[in-house]
Amino acid sequence: MNAPFNRHTGLAAPLPHQNVDTDQIIPCRFLTGSRSDGFEQFLFHDLRHDSAGRPKAGFVLDEPHFRAATILVSGDNFGCGSSREQAVWSLLDAGYRAIVAPSFGEIFYNNAATNGLLAIQLETDQVSRLLQSLADGPRDIAIDLPQQTLSAEALGCVRFPIDAFFKDCLVSGMTALELTLTHLETIDAFERAHKAELSWAFARPYTKPMLDPALTRQRP
Amino acid sequence: MSNTLFEKVWASHEIMELHGRSLLYIDKYFLDDGSAVLSYEQMEAGGLEVRNPEQALSLSDHYVPSRPTAMIFADTDARRMSESAAKFAAKRRMPHFGFGHPYQGISHVVGIEQGFSLPGLTLVCGDSHTATHGAVGALAFGIGSTEITQVMAAQALWQMKPKTMRINVDGQLGMGVEAKDVILAIIGTIGTKGASGYAVEYAGSTVDALGIAQRATICNMSIEAGAKIGMVAPDDVTLQHLVGLPFAPVGESWDQAVLHWRTLRSDSDAKFDREVHIDATAIEPVVTWGTSPEDVLPISGCVPDPASEGDPDRKRQMLRSLEYMGLVPGVPLCDLAIDRVFIGSCTNSRIEDLRAAAAVVRGRQAVVPSWVVPGSQLIRSQAEREGLDQIFIQAGFEWRLPGCSLCCGNNGDYVAPGERCASTSNRNFIGRQGPDARTHLLSPSMAAAAAVTGRLTDVRRLPRLV
Repeated sequence: MNAPFNRHTGLAAPLPHQNVDTDQIIPCRFLTGSRSDGFEQFLFHDLRHDSAGRPKAGFVLDEPHFRAATILVSGDNFGCGSSREQAVWSLLDAGYRAIVAPSFGEIFYNNAATNGLLAIQLETDQVSRLLQSLADGPRDIAIDLPQQTLSAEALGCVRFPIDAFFKDCLVSGMTALELTLTHLETIDAFERAHKAELSWAFARPYTKPMLDPALTRQRP
Repeated sequence: MSNTLFEKVWASHEIMELHGRSLLYIDKYFLDDGSAVLSYEQMEAGGLEVRNPEQALSLSDHYVPSRPTAMIFADTDARRMSESAAKFAAKRRMPHFGFGHPYQGISHVVGIEQGFSLPGLTLVCGDSHTATHGAVGALAFGIGSTEITQVMAAQALWQMKPKTMRINVDGQLGMGVEAKDVILAIIGTIGTKGASGYAVEYAGSTVDALGIAQRATICNMSIEAGAKIGMVAPDDVTLQHLVGLPFAPVGESWDQAVLHWRTLRSDSDAKFDREVHIDATAIEPVVTWGTSPEDVLPISGCVPDPASEGDPDRKRQMLRSLEYMGLVPGVPLCDLAIDRVFIGSCTNSRIEDLRAAAAVVRGRQAVVPSWVVPGSQLIRSQAEREGLDQIFIQAGFEWRLPGCSLCCGNNGDYVAPGERCASTSNRNFIGRQGPDARTHLLSPSMAAAAAVTGRLTDVRRLPRLV
């Protein structure tokens, strides 16, 4: 179970870049930790530090008044790139509950849904107005997930779209895995019929390394 | 009712629907030494069993060392990642191609090379470049660690059905233009989120004429255009590739499979939500100049000027990219000196890629540190039988061991801060090849040309060697 997500009010911080990819969110070299170790110290590591590992001055989220932020507002295509779930975990571990952007990388979006991090898609001009309002300091944003509304001084109260599946998982706290396990009988029945129909796909389980035709064959 | 290739495969794997998502049956999956390691933790913690170990293939690619003279892991973490994969697989009697195994390599190279990836099957891996397997007509996509856990435990995933897009590439490619140029040109045309929310089918006379390796290069970078799924309809080229491979069906199963595979193409009157047309004859060898794969220009171009960009967001993004890349507007791309070259990754490490690079390198000398990292042990052996390794070694290249290596640096292979790398990999993101590393994406023959001149170079303009 994830913690159920219904309403959340918190300080918002801006990261006004497009295409914030998962390599920027958490670089490759910090992916070996265990989930229980936490990933917050690696969040945006290379935007926060120079190549010698010293803190960089001027990274927006390190400004003292943004440290307590729980909502991140960013540009188009947030979370594009690699499938690393650590991108979502590092945001959650650093205290973020929701990300607001005009669009999201698809794998990131699914990973967010899996872990109870709310990804809110708003229109580009709405996000621009939010980013402008956050330029000189944090502002409160109030999110009501059951009503699908977001309230901020710069926007008033606006409705956001969300797919029903994601919403249901977040509100109930039930994970996709738990939900799947309640449908095991349906999966069993489907699998039997499927394997009968596509028997060729399951007819040759791999047992041990065999003499490989590719080894002796000249490919064109 | 007419359907697209994607819709046919999707429909045959849909178990049920709930709240607009499909519970999709997953035929096969890869476990690697990257994202999957977090799933092993989840499996153990949740007391979950692997439902169908025979439908999995485990291997080590992200964390294995690439330096043949050392053959030691970068650190204890890298070793632990690789060993967890081996241990998990051994306990569940899954095939595991670990460090040193004769079939070891990058999952997206090995799956296609072994016939594990088959037309019409659903296939997943905890890696965003899984669409690569669409080259043989598989419906393949990348997932997160928790989703891998779900596949191991239940063999099914909740997915939103994407819209359909067909990218038609027609015409003959010019001399020196490769599949990598085609996919980079596509991303440059539609943008990094141009295919977000879509499953892409690549079609047209150009794609029909390509081999499986080149189709793999194209499908591989679907995610750089925003799409989780990219596929090519199976045809004679696909069947000739698959026949006799270790995991491919044999005997009567082969015949049944072929009958099924012959139905896997978009019906002539099938409707796509979006169609894109690309003229292959207009594609030149390209390179990226910025920090997003959409920042693509022909090698004959110049570093673009943000001052002439009207969109303020895009302008800001360009300024940020140019600052990171250390570039000045107006400079011809072919004047840019580079510090190193990487030929490898799941995009461009197949034997065809190595042959293309070797053809440029033969008789010349690399003037900057240059690496070749084959995609698998089988490719490495094949290249050695063809003498390609000697061409590279005599030219001063390092001939390395298979794996992901310098594409992402998980194994400790990095581009030094501030260095400019001509790379056949798939991402030029900030910090992707190491902190402050500057990446220019290009094709294998363009990378080879950069290695022998020390700058970004139009491979077509290299003097012919007799």
